Amino acid sequence: MSDNTKTAPKISPLKKRKNPIYMAVIYIVCIFLAILCLFPFYLLLINATRSTTQIQQHAVSLIPSHFIKSNWNVFNGKEFKPIVGFKNSLIVSTCSTALAVYFSALTAYALTAYEWKLRDPFFGFIMGVMMIPGQLSSIGFYQMCYKLGLTNNLLMLIIPSIAAPMMVFFYRQYLQASLSLEIVESARIDGAGEFYTFNKIVLPIMKPAMATQAIFSFVGSWNNLFMPSILLTKKELKTMPLMVALLRGDIYRTEFGAIYLGLFLTVLPLIIVYLLLARYIVAGVALGAVKG
Amino acid sequence: MGKRKTISYSKFGYIFSIPFVVAFCVFTLYPVLYTILIGFTDLKGVNTKEIHILSDNLFKNYKEVLATKTFKLAFGNTWKIWIMNFIPQMALALLLTAWFTDTRSKIKCQGFFKVSFYMPNIITAATVGIMFNTFFQYPVGPVNDILKTLGFINEPVNWLIKKATAQNIVAFIQFWQWFGYSMVTLISGVIGIDPAIFEAAEMDGANRVQTFFYVTIPCIRQILLFSLVTSLIGGLNMFDIPQVFLEGGPDNATTTTSVFIYQLAFKGKYIYCKASAASMMMFIIIVIFSCILFYILRDKDEQKAKKLRKQAIKEAKLKAKGVA
Repeated sequence: MSDNTKTAPKISPLKKRKNPIYMAVIYIVCIFLAILCLFPFYLLLINATRSTTQIQQHAVSLIPSHFIKSNWNVFNGKEFKPIVGFKNSLIVSTCSTALAVYFSALTAYALTAYEWKLRDPFFGFIMGVMMIPGQLSSIGFYQMCYKLGLTNNLLMLIIPSIAAPMMVFFYRQYLQASLSLEIVESARIDGAGEFYTFNKIVLPIMKPAMATQAIFSFVGSWNNLFMPSILLTKKELKTMPLMVALLRGDIYRTEFGAIYLGLFLTVLPLIIVYLLLARYIVAGVALGAVKG
Repeated sequence: MGKRKTISYSKFGYIFSIPFVVAFCVFTLYPVLYTILIGFTDLKGVNTKEIHILSDNLFKNYKEVLATKTFKLAFGNTWKIWIMNFIPQMALALLLTAWFTDTRSKIKCQGFFKVSFYMPNIITAATVGIMFNTFFQYPVGPVNDILKTLGFINEPVNWLIKKATAQNIVAFIQFWQWFGYSMVTLISGVIGIDPAIFEAAEMDGANRVQTFFYVTIPCIRQILLFSLVTSLIGGLNMFDIPQVFLEGGPDNATTTTSVFIYQLAFKGKYIYCKASAASMMMFIIIVIFSCILFYILRDKDEQKAKKLRKQAIKEAKLKAKGVA
């Protein structure tokens, strides 16, 4: 290895050597894990098409059947309404994501572009409260909504997302790396107002960061169970996770086909979105972690 | 000139922060303060008009909660379930990270594996809870069916009425949902390491195991610590899976502190005062861990720059004094 300075750019003999048993173990473990992650969803799909009797004879099957319609009919006149849940979740998730993305960007811009006295304490504060979950203030929050008569109001699930400390943190990191203050400066010289500059110049620069954060915010809001379950009691306002939780109830205990169909329907939109955006989502997770 | 500019624009910093601050105060700060207050009162029931502050025994609720058997049990369960899921999750995530980032044995289909492993994380936890509840049904659920076909068991097992198995299943679900996430974060950390370090290790004759333990892990120490703290905070708040999976049962074996608080406040008896006291105790624990996280995430370069600046100012002052 004394002459490794010369051969360094070439592939060293160590690199070429692959132990076939070692590689086989790696692939077997990975394939096993992939099956572990994907098979449950396949099972949902298959069992959604099978009748309860078939499922009770053999709970696992790889071949679909043709009872999807009769499974669907079980939901008639019952509380589980996937379409209502889907609509409510869509409203809540879309609006709260839009608010969170816009106002977090605005706050992050205030933290990067301007010099103000309370800036550093404010940022420290945001980082301090970043990890505090909403669950812990839930009783006070519920009492507040109750006194104001705002329980059973989807707005109470939407408006609080204006303050999203985690997102502000990520946007600030992003802006510090990618926003040059000269652009802002030149916009000022051209006579643009500060708010106009933010909307027309800074927001477009932030688009990539906004997209990834929007996905996570949307999914988080879509999957939220705790807040809706304390605020919403009216049937027609229930979001998707609340609807799913109904499937555990006694009415469905014996209707396995219907349970599988219900579960599959709630998973389907997420799987579609995930498969379309998987690359960005996985990259987004990685991006969020690097700063740590 | 430069100074005047920053002064004239600084007000926009305040203006643009107003929506965040207002929303935060109304929807987080005020509810937190309100929850603290309720913890010191006797608020119970749905239509209570008057509430009294417990002036003679201010910490009555706290004492009573701490004396409650279920709370202690729930606190223990929360830690138990978190540890049971975190250790295997991190071990597997590290192993996969080592495999996936090893330049000597390039694994094919990495993208496919990453996308599959991350998928459970994106699915609604409520759905996942119900799904596993259905899978473990007795006597004919898919799990019983598979185990019987493979010959591991002769008779179907009633998984969900046994305390130990119920806890293990909840821990497993958490593991299943989060190992992909941990893997992706760790891989991103490893990719961020300067490749020259690995080349140097290889030239020094380090094998795969040595490289991983003596080069990779020390380099991603920060990210490991970050994962630990975020996972811990999440774990202390574990709610969705235990709540929908078995509603804390059987015999409170899967009751976590969040489930305990939820059931105390919003199911049945509506004992808000005690539930507030319980959530405040959790709040304090989480604030402590948040502080640790804050310490990990602090901007080191900026800190250094600040220190240097301060030092420079001090020196300048000293010099000025000396001259004077």
